[in-house]
Amino acid sequence: MSLIEFGLPLIWAVLIGMAVGLYVILDGFDLGLGILYPFYKTEEAHDQMMNSVAPFWDGNETWLVLGGGGLWVAFPKAYAIIMPALYLPITIMLLALIFRGVAFEFRWVAKPHHFKWNVAFTLGSLVAAFSQGVVLGGLLQGITVVNNQFAGGPLDWFTPFSMMCGVGLCCGYALLGATWLIMKTDGEVEKRARILAQPFLIALFGFIGIVSIWTPLIIPRIAELWFSLPNFYYLFPLPLFSIVVFVLCWLGITDVRHTSQAFFSAVTLFVLAYIGLIISNVPYLVPPSVTVWQAAAVPESQLFLLLGTLVLLPMILGYTVFVYWTFRGKVKAGEGYH
Amino acid sequence: MTFDPLLLSRIQFGFTISFHIIFPAFTIGLSAYIASLLVLWHWHKRDHYQTLARFWTKIFAVSFAMGVVSGIVLSYQFGTNWSKFSVVVGNVIGPVIGYEVLTAFFLEATFLGVMLFGWKRVPPWLHTLSAILVAFGTCMSGFWILSANSWMHTPAGHEVIDGIAYPKDWFAIVFNPSFPYRFMHMMSAAYLTTSVVVLAVGARYLLVNRFTEEGKTMVRMGLGMVILLAPLQIILGDLHGLNTSKYQPTKIAAMEAHWDGSKPGALVLFAIPDAKAEKNLYEIAIPKLGSFIITHDWNGLFPGLLDVPKEDRPPIANVFFAFRIMVGIGLFLIAVGFVGGLLWLSKKLFSQRTFLWVVGHSWPLGFIAILAGWMVTESGRQPWIAHGILRTTDAISPVDGLSVAISLTLFVLVYSVVFSTGILYICKMVKKGPQGAAIADKVDDEAALPSRPISAAQHSARESLEGGEVI
Repeated sequence: MSLIEFGLPLIWAVLIGMAVGLYVILDGFDLGLGILYPFYKTEEAHDQMMNSVAPFWDGNETWLVLGGGGLWVAFPKAYAIIMPALYLPITIMLLALIFRGVAFEFRWVAKPHHFKWNVAFTLGSLVAAFSQGVVLGGLLQGITVVNNQFAGGPLDWFTPFSMMCGVGLCCGYALLGATWLIMKTDGEVEKRARILAQPFLIALFGFIGIVSIWTPLIIPRIAELWFSLPNFYYLFPLPLFSIVVFVLCWLGITDVRHTSQAFFSAVTLFVLAYIGLIISNVPYLVPPSVTVWQAAAVPESQLFLLLGTLVLLPMILGYTVFVYWTFRGKVKAGEGYH
Repeated sequence: MTFDPLLLSRIQFGFTISFHIIFPAFTIGLSAYIASLLVLWHWHKRDHYQTLARFWTKIFAVSFAMGVVSGIVLSYQFGTNWSKFSVVVGNVIGPVIGYEVLTAFFLEATFLGVMLFGWKRVPPWLHTLSAILVAFGTCMSGFWILSANSWMHTPAGHEVIDGIAYPKDWFAIVFNPSFPYRFMHMMSAAYLTTSVVVLAVGARYLLVNRFTEEGKTMVRMGLGMVILLAPLQIILGDLHGLNTSKYQPTKIAAMEAHWDGSKPGALVLFAIPDAKAEKNLYEIAIPKLGSFIITHDWNGLFPGLLDVPKEDRPPIANVFFAFRIMVGIGLFLIAVGFVGGLLWLSKKLFSQRTFLWVVGHSWPLGFIAILAGWMVTESGRQPWIAHGILRTTDAISPVDGLSVAISLTLFVLVYSVVFSTGILYICKMVKKGPQGAAIADKVDDEAALPSRPISAAQHSARESLEGGEVI
């Protein structure tokens, strides 16, 4: 394997991995907001919640398109296996995202008859979050591949494990949403978010624990990776660090002097879990059979698009930072970007 | 009950892409129209140009958002429903579509924000420049996606090894033989379609005596473009047809319902092509005119449907009728341009109510022609998904029919709610006209610089829903 044949797929895997990671964190908190919606009763609170993500949510979803599009172009063989294998959860996720996205906008237009769009926003967010968890679970538990093709049944993804991942991700997004509200809102909305965040933090931590135990139990390859020596010595700081971050997050939620500690701890918890999942599955793109290099498009194709990506990606990143910087600070009740 | 995943996937892709193309076609034209209005405003310093630019910008915002949202699911279907297509031609076509995605998102992230929200935030020249760059950017988006589509019709610059296409020459891939013709034909179609909408809206305002100055400007600009573009579009279509007859002769045979290639082709005005009996029923035709149009020679020969085996023929009725709808609308628009031009010369353009009524009701024609045109070219490519490389039947994912039936049902449900609401808002805004929130910058400028096109139209749309309609 030449350097180019080795390096290009690696670069693309890192780029796509970053895009997916950014997507999970960024869209995570605004999907979480939708999940938390029914816990708030007043229109004023709903408006304040919406205003806190209004300038961002559309840009957040950009990363899903870049991640998905990148996967298609750089790793068509993986795309061709993963998408049919997870046909229903992926399609339902996309439709739910469309539905909640337009509900977000039409809610403002339809006022004062916006109740139906509130319902659409909540349901769309919940269904999208759950489907993403199912996709994650379906990928982790492995896809049946014969001759570089998906060879399983249409409901292979429907297992207790993937259902648990679905619920787990909903809790995780709800935590991101609640800690976002702690950071970006004030008054009643913030106060309530501090109460709501607590059970979701415990639930998320519980789910991360269950996945960490469940995956090595059902997949020997992962058990061997984590529990053989000397790997164990290198890897055990990861769960240890997670416990520290859990404590920091808990303090950030319960101590009213902290505004942003809870959110960034929750993000760190997500990042650590993501790193853990990546370690478990390296070098596979479609566990347990297709590696990053086996799934790669030819170097000519990867290089051609990489040139454009390297020019445009910094601009999109720069614009993202610019928007978040412009709208820093808390949104007060009754004011907003609308 | 069993479901055929192939048939349902084709219906699903056709359904989603037909919904999608309406919006980009409109935004390509509309962004150019808005940029022209802003340039005219700088030039003539007359305020109603800016009023119109503001009014159409809000409608543009809704349309752009609908286009982005409906486009996302298309690229995912390449994986979910057409995974063999992804594997076989992904190396070649993937990066080209990748560039389209990058272009669209780059646009959305930068100049679009300035165009939608920058009325007071940036100097006027920068705002106008942003509008011009958005118009250029929508063309670039069209450039890449039409290049990818054209490659599926006339593949070039690649080599096939073990059934998989690999890129050899990117320039030849991007500028494949049918691309320049398809690109010009489609861009011209987008501009013509939007011109007809602008003309129709202007005519409707004139009919009820509201916004007369704006209405006159819209009628003048819209009609001017129709006079120019409708005949040009027929010429571009003819050139595209000549190109098709060289590379995809069977498609031409289906368009003309031409069975026997050993005789000069007639121009079939009407017929019901019978694919089983391999002949036309109830045919009304002008002898030899078909040959003249396609070969530019009265006795020229061009291949007929009988020249290829049955399994290599496209669905003839789709192609045949869709082609006639498209050409019929094209000819009607030439007539609109001609009559309108005469009225304009005799200074009766703004008072001839019958003409205004007819063009006022013609707004959907461009969209119908675009959908019909795509039906011709895409159905006409069948049975191939990538001509000569991969058949549509071989491109399908290993999915079961029931899953696709479920997803198709959900697509139809969600699309009918989401897009009918969006289209309803556009219609209400047009009916309300350039007044109030539709042309104000105060409220929307408080709004920030979010990358959310539709928020630029919120106040306008809400007011349109609440307020009485003007027409």
